Amino acid sequence: MNQYEAVFIITPVLSEEQMKETVNKFEQFMLDKGCEIIHQENWGMRKLAYPIMKKSSGFYHVFEFKAEGQFIKEFEIQLKRDERIIRFLTVALDKHAIEYSKKRRELKNNKNNEEK
Amino acid sequence: MAQTNSDIRYLTPITVDVRKKKYCRFKKLGIKYIDYKDPQYLFRFVNDQGKILPRRLTGTSSKYQKKVAQAIKRARHIAIMPYIGDNLKETK
Repeated sequence: MNQYEAVFIITPVLSEEQMKETVNKFEQFMLDKGCEIIHQENWGMRKLAYPIMKKSSGFYHVFEFKAEGQFIKEFEIQLKRDERIIRFLTVALDKHAIEYSKKRRELKNNKNNEEK
Repeated sequence: MAQTNSDIRYLTPITVDVRKKKYCRFKKLGIKYIDYKDPQYLFRFVNDQGKILPRRLTGTSSKYQKKVAQAIKRARHIAIMPYIGDNLKETK
């Protein structure tokens, strides 16, 4: 079970709940296949650095999860087939990356706690 | 003795280019992983056309230059960084 990080961009044309629905669809797909989702991040609507498919903004979502090696192929096929996803990138995390993301999450949690 | 020095007038002040010892910032700060998701950090390694800066300018070691280059290429893929930047990119 190695650790991966998947970032994908959803077209801005969709309404709010359609976006949620696509994100849940992939989350559900992962859980069915026995992956362990460690962390989810939602950057919301962001301006793209260059237009993709004639759209200049997109809805970013980041999944950090543990999964089997061969799961990634199915996951990417799913991403490719879904036409609401305009761009995706899955990356394997080495030990430095895992440590970095853990630190980043703790940092963010502390910040949230202070704000509350 | 001091007067003789001031008598010598140079047209242009002699510019002694002090050779600043370049160092690899990642080794010095002990950074092990370069995140491809935060653009503020990556924009330092890119010139104003969006091209990756060479090692001779930034002074990074080869191991970390590869990591920086890979992180920038990933950031470009998910449209966080432009392939061809316009020059006002620095002010972002």
